[in-house]
Amino acid sequence: MKKGWISYPYILWMIIFTIVPLLLVMYYGFTKTENGTMVLTPDNFIRVMEPTYLKVLWRSVLLALVSTVVCFIIGYPVAMILAGRDISRKSTLVLLFVIPMWMNFLLRTYAWMTLLDRKGLINTLLGALGLPQLNLLYTDFAVILGMVYNFLPFMVLPIYSVLRKIDRSLIEAAEDLGSDTVTVFRKVIFPLSLPGVVSGITMVFMPAVTTFIISKLLGGSQYMLIGNLIEDQFMRVYDWNFGSAVSIIMMLLILLSMGVMARYDKEGTGGGLF
Amino acid sequence: MKKAFGRFYLVLIFAFLYAPVLTLIVFSFNDSRSRGNWGGFTLKWYSALFRDRHVLSSLYYTLTIALLSALIATVAGTAAAIGIHNMKKILKSFVMNLTYLPVISPDIVTGISLMILFVFVRLNLGFTTLLLAHITFNIPYVILSVLPKLKQLNKHMYEAALDLGAKPLYAFFRVILPEIMPGVVTGFLLAFTLSLDDFIISFFTTGSGVSTLSITIYSMARLGINPKINALSTLMFIVVLALLLIVNKRSSANSKNGTAVMNI
Repeated sequence: MKKGWISYPYILWMIIFTIVPLLLVMYYGFTKTENGTMVLTPDNFIRVMEPTYLKVLWRSVLLALVSTVVCFIIGYPVAMILAGRDISRKSTLVLLFVIPMWMNFLLRTYAWMTLLDRKGLINTLLGALGLPQLNLLYTDFAVILGMVYNFLPFMVLPIYSVLRKIDRSLIEAAEDLGSDTVTVFRKVIFPLSLPGVVSGITMVFMPAVTTFIISKLLGGSQYMLIGNLIEDQFMRVYDWNFGSAVSIIMMLLILLSMGVMARYDKEGTGGGLF
Repeated sequence: MKKAFGRFYLVLIFAFLYAPVLTLIVFSFNDSRSRGNWGGFTLKWYSALFRDRHVLSSLYYTLTIALLSALIATVAGTAAAIGIHNMKKILKSFVMNLTYLPVISPDIVTGISLMILFVFVRLNLGFTTLLLAHITFNIPYVILSVLPKLKQLNKHMYEAALDLGAKPLYAFFRVILPEIMPGVVTGFLLAFTLSLDDFIISFFTTGSGVSTLSITIYSMARLGINPKINALSTLMFIVVLALLLIVNKRSSANSKNGTAVMNI
């Protein structure tokens, strides 16, 4: 019981299956095969800077940002309503909110395929109302919709858990001192909920920027985000060196955004999901 | 007024969240192949599903991998958690960072890095590599479920058992294990569910001939819409829902603050 050695097999396992693989990614990212021999080269990273690939990077970041903002705008009021006191059966509502998340991620995305399809339910309903049919599937709109649908709970739940813990007497004190509802929100509730907002933003932005399934299923097979670029290099083009370089850039992007977000959450009080 | 608006907003959000899932489920009983029209009630997609050999073999692999990886991860993770609990501070923080690494890093990077490793050591991609990958991403979740239970443990209990003449192993199985059992079982269920649900890591670490349900769904969905997927998703939704309700009930019974265990 007092012995730490019992976890050494685990440490060994994790070194073999997480540290070594990441080192191998680095190794592939910084090398290239020339005339059958591996040479150290920054070429793969220089190639990422080509306009075609920069555009892919830019689009991934942009779409992830748009989805994060939309999730925030839709999600903050949801968190407030769920945390508010004029809601009865609160825990049931929160559970109801979480249940769709338990459906397999692929299936949730597939569900939108069937809705947005040219002959799908939305277009059938539009047709029945005598309205023109819309081209919904395989557009930027569909990809953003898929991201918002899949990641909305990651925004709402951290904000909800922080809002729930706000001391009511602080709000009452502000009201007693003459603040109206808007000022109370602006000066008391919102600043206190910031840790939740920060972890919400991180938890939406990260999966959104790394996804390749949503973009593939709802954006079409030609649609390229960083995730699709990586998948392509490993599963179709078999250029592991370039794919590894793109993966390293993706990791850097994630670390960067985590670093930026951590600055806004100094006390580490963010309402984590776990 | 404010209250009514809040209710209305919540209804809209719930409609947004549930409409796709419900449509998927309702259309799994639709006799017509169309996604827009109702052609009458049928169970034919379900029976087609159970005759599809590819689907059945992926069901077999999914369950085998989930069960094996969850079992191995639970044993390894519990042992690791006990070791970590008794470590010196510096080593402990290193191991905890190691534990959080796969939890934090994007699945696609975990997937490709494991794939590179397996190919590098000339392991054929297939059942073994899939199992190794699943064990790897499951262990941290078991550790994170067991550690809180170890923290609650009264450390004098184990010493008392030893003083009364119990051998260390006997004391572990009769004193420590029953105390931390709720955490161990939660860890197992969590690992099992995560393994069932995983797509990205499996996608990169499996080879031809071995595919899980998620991979089969992905390859079917890429070819377009197929009512068999609706039937399959309805069944999977029910199973995962049941499993997670159990996990959730356990974890809210274990911890007073009632934080739900949620998966991504």
